[in-house]
Amino acid sequence: MKKATTTEAKTKEIVKKHGRDKSGLIAILQDIQEEYNYLPKEALSVVGEQLEVPISRIYEVATFYNTFSLNPRGRYLVEVCAGTACHVQGAFNLKDRLQRDLEIECGQTTKDNMFTLEEVRCLGCCSLAPVVRIGGNIHPYLTQNEIPGILRNYRKQG
Amino acid sequence: MKKISTLDDLKKTGDKGLKSLFPSSVKIVVGMATSGIASGAGEVYEALIAEIKKRKLPYVLTKTGSMGMDFIEPLVDVIEKNKPRLSYGKMTADKVPQLIDQIVKGTIDKIKPIYRVDEEDIIAKREKKQYLKGAVPEYLREIPAMYDIPFYEKQVKIATRNCGIIDPENIEEYIARGGYLAAQKALTSLSPAAIVDDVIKSGLKGRGGGGFPTGVKWQSCVAAKGDIKYVICNGDEGDPGAYMDRSVMEGDPHSVIEGMIIGAYAIGAQEGYIYVRNEYPLAVANLTKAISDARSCGLLGKNIFGTNFNFDIKIGKGAGAFVCGESTALMASLEGKAGEPRAKYVHTVEHGLWDRPTNLNNVETWANVPVILARSGKWFSEIGVPHSTGTKVFSLVGKINNIGLVEVPMGIPLKDIIYDIGGGIPGGKKFKAVQTGGPSGGCIPAKMIDLSVDFDALWEAGSMMGSGGMIVMDEKTCMVDLARYFIEFLAAESCGKCTPCREGVRRMNDILHDICDGRGKVGDVEMLESMAKGIADGSLCALGGSAPNPVLSTIKYFREEYDAHINHKHCPAGVCRALIRYEIAAKKCTGCGVCAKKCPSECISGEKKKAHKINQKKCIKCGICMESCKFNAITVE
Repeated sequence: MKKATTTEAKTKEIVKKHGRDKSGLIAILQDIQEEYNYLPKEALSVVGEQLEVPISRIYEVATFYNTFSLNPRGRYLVEVCAGTACHVQGAFNLKDRLQRDLEIECGQTTKDNMFTLEEVRCLGCCSLAPVVRIGGNIHPYLTQNEIPGILRNYRKQG
Repeated sequence: MKKISTLDDLKKTGDKGLKSLFPSSVKIVVGMATSGIASGAGEVYEALIAEIKKRKLPYVLTKTGSMGMDFIEPLVDVIEKNKPRLSYGKMTADKVPQLIDQIVKGTIDKIKPIYRVDEEDIIAKREKKQYLKGAVPEYLREIPAMYDIPFYEKQVKIATRNCGIIDPENIEEYIARGGYLAAQKALTSLSPAAIVDDVIKSGLKGRGGGGFPTGVKWQSCVAAKGDIKYVICNGDEGDPGAYMDRSVMEGDPHSVIEGMIIGAYAIGAQEGYIYVRNEYPLAVANLTKAISDARSCGLLGKNIFGTNFNFDIKIGKGAGAFVCGESTALMASLEGKAGEPRAKYVHTVEHGLWDRPTNLNNVETWANVPVILARSGKWFSEIGVPHSTGTKVFSLVGKINNIGLVEVPMGIPLKDIIYDIGGGIPGGKKFKAVQTGGPSGGCIPAKMIDLSVDFDALWEAGSMMGSGGMIVMDEKTCMVDLARYFIEFLAAESCGKCTPCREGVRRMNDILHDICDGRGKVGDVEMLESMAKGIADGSLCALGGSAPNPVLSTIKYFREEYDAHINHKHCPAGVCRALIRYEIAAKKCTGCGVCAKKCPSECISGEKKKAHKINQKKCIKCGICMESCKFNAITVE
């Protein structure tokens, strides 16, 4: 119960920061996701109440955009770039390798909650293709052989 | 920050900027755009701080955006009084002490600069400013001048004029290079109609993909009825393989802001929005800082340059939806809604954001505006070719030696971009095609290498200018797989509002998957062509309207590859997994066993120091054996 009130209070604070403006919905959801790493159901109801917007519309926006996640994400977000430059340099092999090594499919989170694997459209680092972004760090010219070591390092950092 | 309201204020601020651009002490500048940082510029920067501190040197250290030479990043520039600016490529933290040694001793014996810059061409001010005093010092004569090296020789920088030169967080440096002079001139001495006229005269066309004449768009927005109007900068650079706009937003955010001020004044808007992709955090940070600085200086806000013109800009962050690059979808997103486009017959210049007249242009378009106003529309129209004036920024990526950002005059032969600027194809492989226009564009085959790169010629070739992604492909790129890649992308990014795009693109995706997976049937290509027509004709917005382009252009120029996949179940480029096999060439295999150890499905076996073999039944075709083999013994067929 205590945690619930905190989510409610935090969400109200975020909505207030954006002036309770309906047009700020995307920015509000971005801030909530920044805070919780995903969009908690409770937070979405609070946003709906505060903005006087039906919850269906909140879900419409939350599910339309790729960045939003309705499920908790792992400690590190692993984003495989699927841009054209990365694709022609064999990024699909990296994706498969990550899926095998992490034992999850794209869009899923590892059991230990360390990694969530996702595909991203283009990180705009085409000169370094193929790239994978892990926890905000871009790993350039990545090869399959480097993947186990890199994942080990992140696991070690905890 | 000091208010800037007169030409004199601007000059004084510019003088301060000149002092930091042409300093009297040693200055070291590190290229810290996203790609620079990813290549290790952050470590180089830290190492420089430490080394300068350790030796107690009075050196100044600053950051800049990207000069475009991404293939040799991290880049570090060294500026010393009265000497040419020197650019060092592929810097590492380890090389920093050597570099500092060289500066102290006045040599270049350990690390050679890539090029030198004797004078800076300040295009918006139509003047040149010298680094070098007198003759080039003896020890620097062997270093080529920037515009003598093939990568830069044919480039003309207008939109990216300041990228990689100024510190994007320093408004004084922007002003020193002629920044805000055009806005000052426009607001204080030009009528809105005169500005629109000059932009029409310049022939500037939208750089985001559509290629609509910018001045004409402005004129329609001026004519639209309504007290409240908006200007928008489209920074939702969604085309995969394109990062021109990221580079401008990160490296020269004020050029976009200044362009928007001029546009807003011409149209009669008081509010502007910059819609930036969520995937570009550094662009958001630099734009936010630039807007806040411009506001503190009075360049945004009320009574700009002492006139009665008020204007301010807000940033809207995207949330990862390709379709939001489409203008009506982008506006829906700014209103806090799902980014679904609407029919085009309702023009956004009349009914745009919140149903009010709105003028939307792309980042690169806005960045061109200040220079057009500073130098005149006529000057701009003389660059390029008659119906495609000015320059275009391209991100030259894929299978090419000199990967990077290039700005070239319109009408340059494709050959010059690929071979002179791009330095050709790596590994002695054969150039096969170049893909332009992103998922809405098409492929231009090697036989059309002499093609003039302009709006009309690209369109006639079955591709389009698009936003500027130029992805180079060699013989190891499968064109069917590429078509599948784009269609899969579009199937996932279709917003789902209209049926031709939602269902049609998905069906095309199914057929292309079948062809790549060895299930292609005779008649599939004809089916794709017929569906393409239906989707193009029936879709609501440009996403669906242009979605079939990558398929149609690959069928047009590479039909034989489709036939090989369908009739012979063979992928000539060796890419489509279901149709390839990895083999070990017994003659080249040394039996080192590395591949066998790395193989995730344990399908490689053999005795030590003897040629190994792949068990094709167990092979999952991940390609790691090929990646791991040091003897090039593994081939793909």
